[in-house]
Amino acid sequence: MERKIRVLIAKPGLDGHDRGAKVVARALRDAGMEVVYTGLHQTAEMIIEAAIQEDVDVVGLSLLSGAHMTLFIDVARLMQEKGLGDVLIVGGGIVPEGDIPKLKKEGIKGVFGPGTHCDVIVDFIKKNVKR
Amino acid sequence: MNDIAKKVLSGDQRAIARLITLAENNDSAATKVMADIHPHTGNAHIIGITGVMGSGKSTLICELTRIFRKQRKKVGIIAIDPTSPFSGGALLGDRVRMMELAMDDGVFIRSMGTRGMLGGLTSAVYDVVEILDASGKDVIMVETVGVGQAEVDVIKIADTTLVIIVPGLGDSIQTLKAGVMEIADIYVVNKADRQGVQQAVAEIESLVDISCSEKDRKTPIMQTISKDGKGIEELVKEIINHFKYLEKTKEIEAQRRLRYEAELIEIIKKSLMNFIFDESKLKNTVEKKLDQISSKEVDPYTAANEILGKILK
Ligand SMILES: Nc1nc2c(ncn2[C@@H]2O[C@H](COP(=O)(O)OP(=O)(O)O)[C@@H](O)[C@H]2O)c(=O)[nH]1
Ligand SMILES: [Mg+2]
Repeated sequence: MERKIRVLIAKPGLDGHDRGAKVVARALRDAGMEVVYTGLHQTAEMIIEAAIQEDVDVVGLSLLSGAHMTLFIDVARLMQEKGLGDVLIVGGGIVPEGDIPKLKKEGIKGVFGPGTHCDVIVDFIKKNVKR
Repeated sequence: MNDIAKKVLSGDQRAIARLITLAENNDSAATKVMADIHPHTGNAHIIGITGVMGSGKSTLICELTRIFRKQRKKVGIIAIDPTSPFSGGALLGDRVRMMELAMDDGVFIRSMGTRGMLGGLTSAVYDVVEILDASGKDVIMVETVGVGQAEVDVIKIADTTLVIIVPGLGDSIQTLKAGVMEIADIYVVNKADRQGVQQAVAEIESLVDISCSEKDRKTPIMQTISKDGKGIEELVKEIINHFKYLEKTKEIEAQRRLRYEAELIEIIKKSLMNFIFDESKLKNTVEKKLDQISSKEVDPYTAANEILGKILK
């Protein structure tokens, strides 16, 4: 059997910066993962539909607008609701330290601030992926 | 019939997605299910779409889907991007152009890496076509980047093959591999908003004249501006005409047979390779032969024949 970790990278919300998301996507590819990149301005519903069809093991969310507390949590709750509880969720962007515990409690298992080395994210995914 | 097969036949998105993963991973659990669904296949029109990176294939597929959906057809999309030969990973970015289709439950989109040898398609693509077909899709579109082996493989899969060309790239047509141009059932000059459309059309025409002179069907050359949705309805008409032509001339049966033959070869190749190189029984023999080849006791052909002889006796 040839398992490959499949990751969906999405940018919910309105900010138009996807450079960080693309850097991470390339790093994950270089670590041997299949990375489905979906682009900007995704609603939570669109992200979940794509995650179902692509049958990914990981959903990576990227956000710079500061709306993570609502958008990340929306996605995490909807994924639970739709039975995607076994999919690992990670988030990246500008997230204040104080918000991290709440995000983790909501199911965003890894939260990575700007400047995080890509290796850290790769390792985190490899260690925490559930399927 | 097992549960996942039933769900796939009923069109359940999640079951389809999961079965595709099992097939892609060569999971033995997929084999039984694939057998269950095979009798329910054969209804979909399979369209291959190939052309160089950036020619607008994904954008075009999104626009085509819009029209097919107006005709109340269910659509499956398989978007294939190259797997990195170094890491085995892949960046699958075709969905970016198709996100407006994400919320339509009459559309199923799956991104895949080529995974195969030498840039060829993974044999799982055949499985994915069968799965989407059995799940009730009326149209299945397969996007491949037009370089290397992948586009040669897609011809065997598709009933109708579109070759996408963009004007103004000077020798864009020459850069398409020899043999690729001849395989088109329909040429599409996309980005027709750009300079050089007439020249591109003329170049293709000269090729069509050379390659298709004995056929009773002239390969149409269509013009589209995918990003504005222009020329798409006309293209859909030609796609449907081609399918009718295949049915009328019974060529469809020959085409399907070609696909099954290619699939059968892939499966046999895969099983044989697994049997020889992964099964512990033969592993020792292979190692021994490698030693003998290295020390010049035996040549590679003789060694291969002796290994095959062990299986075929
Ligand atoms: N000018 C122009 N650009 C287009 C047209 N169709 C697609 N594009 C653009 O070409 C780029 C590549 O398109 P994409 O569909 O991703 O190409 P693919 O790599 O062949 O799948 C995108 O920026 C599209 O917006 C068109 O008809 N005219
Ligand atoms: Mg594309």
